[in-house]
Amino acid sequence: MWLIDSSIGRKLIMSITGLFLILFLIFHMSMNVVAIFSGESYNKICEFLGANWYALVGTAVLAGGFVLHIIFATILTLRNQKARGAQAYAYQQDQPGKVEWASKNMLVLGLIVLVGLCVHLTHFWAKMQLPEIMGAEEEYAGQFADGAALIKLTFSNWKICVVYIVWFIAIWFHLTHGFWSSFQTMGLNGKTWFPRLKCIANIVSTLIFLGFAAVVVAGYLQNL
Amino acid sequence: MALDNIMKVNLKVWRQAGPKEKGEFVTYNDVETTPDTSFLETLDILNETLVEKGEEPIVFDHDCREGICGMCSLFINGHPHGPATGATTCQLYMRRFKDGETITVEPWRSAAFPVIKDLMVNRNAFDQIQQAGGYVSFNCGGAQDANAIPISKLDADEAMDSATCIGCGACVAACKNGSAMLFVSAKVSQFALLPQGRVEAVQRVKAMVAKMDELGFGNCTNTRACEAECPKKISISNIARMNREFLCAKFKD
Amino acid sequence: MAEINSRIPEGPVAEKWTNYKAHQKLVNPANKRKLDVIVVGTGLAGASAASTLAEMGFHVLNFCIQDSPRRAHSIAAQGGINAAKNYQNDGDSVYRLFYDTVKGGDYRAREANVYRLAEVSANIIDQCVAQGVPFARDYGGLLANRSFGGAQVSRTFYAKGQTGQQLLLGAYSSLNRQIKAGKVDSYNRYEMHDIVMVDGRARGIIAKNLVTGKFERFSAHAVVLATGGYGNTYFLSTNAMGCNCSAAIAAYRKGAYMANPSYVQIHPTCIPVHGDKQSKLTLMSESLRNDGRIWVPKDIEDAKKLQRGEIKGSDIPEEKRDYYLERRYPAFGNLVPRDVASRAAKERCDHGFGVNNTGLAVFLDFSEAINRLGIDVVRQRYGNLFDMYEEITDVNPGEFANEINGVKYYNPMMIFPAIHYTMGGLWVDYELQTSVPGLFAIGECNFSDHGANRLGASALMQGLADGYFVLPYTIQNYLSDQKIWPKVSTDVKEFDEVEKSCKADMDKLMNIKGKRSVDSIHKELGHIMWEYVGMGRTKESLETALKKLKDLRKEFETNLFVPGTVEEPMNIELDKAFHLRDFITMGELIARDALSRNESCGGHFREEYQTEEGEAKRDDENYFYVGCWNYQGDDTKEPELIKEPLTYEAIKVQTRNYKS
Repeated sequence: MWLIDSSIGRKLIMSITGLFLILFLIFHMSMNVVAIFSGESYNKICEFLGANWYALVGTAVLAGGFVLHIIFATILTLRNQKARGAQAYAYQQDQPGKVEWASKNMLVLGLIVLVGLCVHLTHFWAKMQLPEIMGAEEEYAGQFADGAALIKLTFSNWKICVVYIVWFIAIWFHLTHGFWSSFQTMGLNGKTWFPRLKCIANIVSTLIFLGFAAVVVAGYLQNL
Repeated sequence: MALDNIMKVNLKVWRQAGPKEKGEFVTYNDVETTPDTSFLETLDILNETLVEKGEEPIVFDHDCREGICGMCSLFINGHPHGPATGATTCQLYMRRFKDGETITVEPWRSAAFPVIKDLMVNRNAFDQIQQAGGYVSFNCGGAQDANAIPISKLDADEAMDSATCIGCGACVAACKNGSAMLFVSAKVSQFALLPQGRVEAVQRVKAMVAKMDELGFGNCTNTRACEAECPKKISISNIARMNREFLCAKFKD
Repeated sequence: MAEINSRIPEGPVAEKWTNYKAHQKLVNPANKRKLDVIVVGTGLAGASAASTLAEMGFHVLNFCIQDSPRRAHSIAAQGGINAAKNYQNDGDSVYRLFYDTVKGGDYRAREANVYRLAEVSANIIDQCVAQGVPFARDYGGLLANRSFGGAQVSRTFYAKGQTGQQLLLGAYSSLNRQIKAGKVDSYNRYEMHDIVMVDGRARGIIAKNLVTGKFERFSAHAVVLATGGYGNTYFLSTNAMGCNCSAAIAAYRKGAYMANPSYVQIHPTCIPVHGDKQSKLTLMSESLRNDGRIWVPKDIEDAKKLQRGEIKGSDIPEEKRDYYLERRYPAFGNLVPRDVASRAAKERCDHGFGVNNTGLAVFLDFSEAINRLGIDVVRQRYGNLFDMYEEITDVNPGEFANEINGVKYYNPMMIFPAIHYTMGGLWVDYELQTSVPGLFAIGECNFSDHGANRLGASALMQGLADGYFVLPYTIQNYLSDQKIWPKVSTDVKEFDEVEKSCKADMDKLMNIKGKRSVDSIHKELGHIMWEYVGMGRTKESLETALKKLKDLRKEFETNLFVPGTVEEPMNIELDKAFHLRDFITMGELIARDALSRNESCGGHFREEYQTEEGEAKRDDENYFYVGCWNYQGDDTKEPELIKEPLTYEAIKVQTRNYKS
């Protein structure tokens, strides 16, 4: 299967899953922003996205996308290390001007994003959608059915806020490269579109960053 | 040569007796040269003194010394072809360096480019990729008139930009992934842009990419280090074009 | 005296090639598969010949000394390739290209060969376009042309300033296709050391695998040399570092005649030598002379100050500058032909007017052009050349430097002539076969098409014509001979002997164990050649050269030092020593040929034979021949001169005239 056997095929999987995850982030971010303005509306959306079949399928696909993205990132990284050869360069090179820091550190950034994700899942998902899926809704019902309240509670701790902001920064770096890079891999790039795509990549990642960060900040401020 | 023009540099050079031997850095101190001398001539000077001492000279690839044959390599102070941009090692002059500076000289490092001796590597993999499909299949003698098919000047110029690749391997040497995508895509692009090459475009891109993967080159992660270090400034838009060609070809299967 | 037969077909010059092709013997496809051809070299001639022979069905063994066939020095050709296409509707024709080439060669080329070259020139362009060579095009999508020296029509096709590269990569792509098909065996980093003769025919070669350092044997039915010219005899030239004449000299020692070795082309606009550590010279495009003015100081004191570095060129005002080309050749000014411009620069420097520390440079000044057109226009035309010059010399020729009496002066460039191309080479007949049966020579390696001087953009044309369209036909006339069809094993005694002698030669070099490095002796050779066998030659200088070369050979044979061992991987010093041994022999041949030719023609200028205006004075009565040198069994023995008389049917022999 060429998608798995060929270098470009493997990269295509990275780019498609990556773009899919970006779409998810945009959606997630839009939803979160609602919580700043109205906790009630936010809870309504959460309710709507409960343990319905479409939400379950969505979650499964999303998780699948994540897993594929991570698996192929690992495969590609290992292969690339092998291709680099056993002997490393002795002279640590300074970055040529064009080469962005993020592009060379996608793996590190990805790992930070992954760790942040785990923290995030235990904070929210494990208390909101997971119990619903498990059918253990009642145990938590009194406590956390109110997602908006959960946000407020979680971000009352400034340390958690800092962790989240760091996480968002990593996502920002990861996306600035990942976004245009995925278009490049799909062949949807060229001399004219390259600067445009880079610009769009910066706007999209910045919007995502600002949206998420705003919720965290708002959650913290509400506690003051 | 006026005395005030003389400069001294220390050359920290990778020495390796053969492909299977263990290599090491050897530092040659106070190599006398001048700012107007090229870097390779400075290596010549060093070699001359080594030979005079009865030692074996440093082996490195070089030929035309005009920046076009693609023979010279060398990873100098962390850059393929040294610190100058848009130039090959043979076009690098000593005035780029400071008097008394220590210059680190390494061979291209990549699993697909094994070291032959000292600073010389085997780039035969590049030939093999070209042999896989970097041509138009027709026999000499059967060509129609050269003006029979008009080609848009824009396409011809862009094909020319891609065709400028000298096959030196700096892209692979610069890439943290050891990827040969810039090299392969330059050839794929040149032919994809010209009507003569379009006929076989589908088979070509599949064959060349397959060969590239087979030979153990890495996967592109779009860091653009290749483009930044390419002595001929080949653009990564060629890589995008090759990806497009490849995906279209595969989806047609 | 050995006899010479150039095997020119009968009939009028315009019909010779057609007649030849119609009547030559061919090899049928089933037999082609069984015939092997060795092609040494992968430049334009070698790669195109190897791929075309393989396409026809022969089995080809192709050798190059570089790590890939794509790196042969044809790649460095800048300007373009001529072809009689008449796409510009400016009156071009096969005859006109033929005529221009013969005239440019100062009437010393073989007429029939040149006509064939002009005839197939148009096919070359078709071939290259079909290969995907991205020639420059007009907005209408058709091929663009530029004009070049020595012609009144625009017939030069080009791909930016990298025409040689694109044509070579085209030939390389065809070669790759045949390598993949298994029809060509490609041997990279191999160097031919000698030719193996069996029953009086070339039947194989001994080549050294440079990576292992071991000699290997290769047998075939014919051997083709496409190993380029011998410009590096002069040490400093625009040739690549690896260019050498050892294969050609090996052929010469086997009985192939060396023809017209004294015809060496010197290009006037190279960047001057900057010091004794320099390894090679860089060419600057001749087009610079369109707007640049060439000068040296009028006052010898100014020149001396320049040489000591006390003043700069821009410190010297207009009235103290000697624009010597404009002074001597008012009609053509700075645009006189290559050889004239080169000699004039040498003349000034010989009188002490050189403008750099070595005293071997003249100024090429753009101040007048910049003041007239503005820097933007000038940069548009020559910007890339200015940048290249600045990278090498650290001087920006477009930069404002000084103002004297209201006149603005800009940094001038420095230029000096340098060895660039060699018209002479192995003698070949009309079929491109040397005087050794079964041994062929193509491209710059042979002598055939350029006479005493080559026109710009003709070298690429000749290499590809030989490789794509001439040799693949003519070699069949030889290969169709059934006597040679049985294969020769590489185990026969002839291979044993030649391999043994190759090893013995290397042992000899290794065992001298003297004190001097190869390069130090090569530099001395270059100095002798440039000084006494360079741009202006005299009987005395040539005799001195021969004497000095004899001493140099002795020095080489007794005082050379080569480190390492004979059969070790990449012993680069040993390989250089091997080349140098043959450069010395070549140097002697050049000097001898120049001494025997008591006339001036094209690239060969004997100071005794010039007109009152200092122009070359030919002697058609006594020297209307190709001078072929026949080896006499030992490098130190004077070779025998054999003359191939030239006969012109289609062209009337005239004096070249640049005055009006």
